[in-house]
Amino acid sequence: MSATAAVPPVETPFRRFVSEFCASPLAVGGLVVFVIIALVAILAPWIAPQNPYDLAVLDIMDGRLEPGSVGGSGITHWLGTDDQGRDMLSGIMYGLRISLVVGVGSAFIACLVGASLGLLAAYAGGRTDSVIMRLVDLQLSFPTILAALMILAFLGKGIFNVVIALVIVEWAYYARTVRGSALVERRREYIEAAMCLALPTRRILFNHLLPNCLPPLIVVGTMQIARAIALEATLSFLGLGVPITEPSLGLLIANGYEYMLSGKYWISFYPGIALLVTIVAINLMGDQMRDVLNPRLKK
Amino acid sequence: MALYLLRRLTQSGFVLVAMSLLVFLGVYAIGDPIEILISPDADQIEKERAIRALGLDLPLWQQYLVFVGKALQGDLGRSFVFNEPAIQLILQRMPATLELAFGSMLLSILIGLPLGLYAGLRPNGALSKGIMAGSILGFSLPTFWVGLMLIMVFAVQLGWLPSTGRGDTALLFGIPWSFLTRDGLSHILLPAINLSLFKISLVIRLTRAGVRETMLMDYVKFARAKGLSPFRVTFVHVFKNIMIPVVTVVGLELGGTIAFSVVTESVFAWPGMGKLIIDSINVLDRPVIVAYLMMIVLMFIIINLAVDILYTVLDPRVRLEAKA
Repeated sequence: MSATAAVPPVETPFRRFVSEFCASPLAVGGLVVFVIIALVAILAPWIAPQNPYDLAVLDIMDGRLEPGSVGGSGITHWLGTDDQGRDMLSGIMYGLRISLVVGVGSAFIACLVGASLGLLAAYAGGRTDSVIMRLVDLQLSFPTILAALMILAFLGKGIFNVVIALVIVEWAYYARTVRGSALVERRREYIEAAMCLALPTRRILFNHLLPNCLPPLIVVGTMQIARAIALEATLSFLGLGVPITEPSLGLLIANGYEYMLSGKYWISFYPGIALLVTIVAINLMGDQMRDVLNPRLKK
Repeated sequence: MALYLLRRLTQSGFVLVAMSLLVFLGVYAIGDPIEILISPDADQIEKERAIRALGLDLPLWQQYLVFVGKALQGDLGRSFVFNEPAIQLILQRMPATLELAFGSMLLSILIGLPLGLYAGLRPNGALSKGIMAGSILGFSLPTFWVGLMLIMVFAVQLGWLPSTGRGDTALLFGIPWSFLTRDGLSHILLPAINLSLFKISLVIRLTRAGVRETMLMDYVKFARAKGLSPFRVTFVHVFKNIMIPVVTVVGLELGGTIAFSVVTESVFAWPGMGKLIIDSINVLDRPVIVAYLMMIVLMFIIINLAVDILYTVLDPRVRLEAKA
């Protein structure tokens, strides 16, 4: 902190946020790990030892090899292979792609939907507010896993359906968060001024009200990405999530489940570690962001 | 109080109607009801007879009324797989789920309270920091993966505990329970720990926050000034006051625990409602799916109602608000 104070740059809210965020080594570690994971996921087709979907390169003779053994094709399988002879390291890299896309994508869409409805509820008030908030209450009174289960039981498997289910179970968190802060901001003078200028409602909502409700939204959004990834993995593990042709981490773990009892731990263990590291990294960032962005904790 | 109760009951009624409509629409309107309710092996004539018998040629709103009417009589269709009434299948498996849920709640209190108390009394100790870090892990670890790891360590590597099934059961009130036998207890231990991890973390955090808050209260200071032993201050003055929020929150979690047992039951092959629904979804045994969803919705509405009423009984402030 003293270093930044010695050479005072122009203090913008963003810079202040960055310097306070960096005060926690754990959070910075989380960020670094998350960036690495994201890079691995994005670059998987170029850096993975094997394309796990290309049936031509899979050899069933390489099935269930132990970590570190060399397969028939000359590749060293550092994390072993699954029952199809698929290199686990490559499988995890590709699985991360799907897990991250589903997690981040659904959190983003849920945020759009939830934040819009929350803003609308706070701004319009009255009946609109109570209808939206009743829906939020209803949604939150049911555990997410159950609601997601219900939706997927109707819609069936598929990446797109999982995203829909995750959006439906998650929008309420965003709506409640945004409404809470928007209710406070709404009474501020700048909103009154904007209303006196007879600006269009949409502009007041998204240009004036929303930016001031962002901090808690960012915190909830970060945590919800972790939750979405965990929930997707859970649903896929139960066989309700992504289809077998596009295995996410959860499905990889499920594939190894039956071999676990015979001591072939690596098929489930390593995808689980990848999942775990991803979730913990996001949560560490989110924890610090909550502390930094919470006005009540400001000294 | 009577007015509040009435209002709350009406609300619950509305939610129940709304949810039944959702389930109905989900199964009857989004999916193809013929495919859902009639066995796929049926031929054309059987199909037509079944369509008429099930009233699928009626307009949608009439179908809904028929569905509700039958549901009220406890008839939610027959399972394709077991060829038994769906509701009966679910009721048979309910004790296993409840047993698991209550077992895990008990564990969460037994483990979470002492750890939280310690972390609250010595907030800066190394052990306390370890406990708190552990509770973060408890929140972020996916339940199913922890379950797999428990199986790997305690069932496969160490061979201490069995990993699947309920084990021996003993009858109580005509219902088989696992916790009454030694073998059953050893079977329930791993799944119960798995299911309780999240709640242990929750109880640790609540207890710690409660202890730290209560320690600063005037009555605690007064008790200490009076020269009472630290033991008495902790366990009589502090403990009593933190118990109220902890017990309420753990009680509130009952519904979530039952819901999450879906995951634990699948991992440990525990023959409860949760495993039944997953199996049913995987083989498209839709009458069971509908029945499970309706049962769980009803259960949730009852739990929420009970918690709200208990709240008003326990906490006079809520009662006053409701009157105002």
